Amino acid sequence: MPKSKSKLIKLKAPLTDKDVKSLKAGDKVLISGIIYTARDAAHRIFQNKPPFKTEGAILYYASPTPTPKGKIIGSIGPTTSTRMDPFTPALLKQGVKITIGKGRRGKEVITAMKKYKAAYMVVPGGTAALMSRHIKKSTVIAYPDLGSEAILALDVVDFPAIVAIDSKGKDLFEQGRKKYASK
Amino acid sequence: MREVVAKKITDTVKKLCVEATTSLPEDVTGALNKALAKETSPTGREIIRQLINNSKTAWREKLPICQDTGLAIIFLEVGQDVAIINGVLEEAINEGVSRGYAQLRKSVAKDPLRRKNSGDNTPAIIHTKIVPGENIKLSLMAKGGGAENCSAVKMFNPNSRKGEISEFILDTVKNAGPNACPPMIVGVGIGGSFDYAPIIAKKALFREIGMHNSEKNMADWEKELLDKTNKTGIGPMGMGGKITALAVNIEKRPCHISSLPVAINIECHAHRVKHAEI
Repeated sequence: MPKSKSKLIKLKAPLTDKDVKSLKAGDKVLISGIIYTARDAAHRIFQNKPPFKTEGAILYYASPTPTPKGKIIGSIGPTTSTRMDPFTPALLKQGVKITIGKGRRGKEVITAMKKYKAAYMVVPGGTAALMSRHIKKSTVIAYPDLGSEAILALDVVDFPAIVAIDSKGKDLFEQGRKKYASK
Repeated sequence: MREVVAKKITDTVKKLCVEATTSLPEDVTGALNKALAKETSPTGREIIRQLINNSKTAWREKLPICQDTGLAIIFLEVGQDVAIINGVLEEAINEGVSRGYAQLRKSVAKDPLRRKNSGDNTPAIIHTKIVPGENIKLSLMAKGGGAENCSAVKMFNPNSRKGEISEFILDTVKNAGPNACPPMIVGVGIGGSFDYAPIIAKKALFREIGMHNSEKNMADWEKELLDKTNKTGIGPMGMGGKITALAVNIEKRPCHISSLPVAINIECHAHRVKHAEI
């Protein structure tokens, strides 16, 4: 993100309430540390009991393409977050601080984000080949039989994301759409 | 009668799968470059720049453009003077998909309710048309699930005004919003029947970006709808901006005197299509 380097916020997982409270919709962040992947099939299995430590955790709605020879991981961009909405409030209650995906979040999720001090971030969908460059290590931690939908612990460095909804419920999608809509 | 060995079809489909998922067609990259020039939102411009860089990285490193390498949708035109030998057409196609997706993500649930992965991205969705001649034409689309989920079909009253259809199209685009990975491509199928309208809409997505319907009033309608879509403010990835869609393509077919089906098939910016002829 070349033109706005000064505004970049660095975050290191696991996160605290304080880290999250200072984030505002529209902020650009660079994440380092461990982030966990989970999407439809994993959520259906774990429901509200995920197989990783939830306190301060970052959850990424994604599943990669197969790892090419000599690489750490394949392409790994975000999937649509909205489908995970029914499961999210219970996870935020247990301390998950950031969810990352693409697209909107439902009302219940935003209410829970305000209540439990969590933020929702997006990475541009369809930039899968770029995202894989920020991943230093990938380990399957649960459900290997799900193939690409297994839960991965990704060790990331300066993984870029944009805060789409902050812990006060401010929504970049709504703000952006209103700002640029014309008759 | 020209004979075509089934393996030739398998090899062709395999190649199409790999090429489609790792290289964006020129009309799409061209449209993204034009969009970058038109976009006024700084975040929107940054996103479009990332999409362009991503497609270059994918091509250079032979990585898929998007991790959702899609469901393989194939439009097939088989000349009636072709005999397929040493194999079965549908099996040959699925074998090609299975081999083509070996290094791509498997995104097919074998059973829509039990949700177990089929393991090799088969079966493909195949639409076959028998045509004159002795050639086989294949058009493959690697269709992502996120945008597909934003699609819609509605049976209109034949006396509905055009404005009502416009409203349905724009409402579908607005509902899709950030979830469809905009800038999107909107395929509209009007006419046919309940089952055929969505196929027309999907076919409309195969049209090259920048080309319009050959009927002038239809072309004007496409331009008007693209303009209105871009005025919604949704913008690249839904974060606000002037570019929400790269194209609105409308196709029509005859229909029943009582019916006016309208289908809208939403496609993301990672519009992966490839063609081949045997």
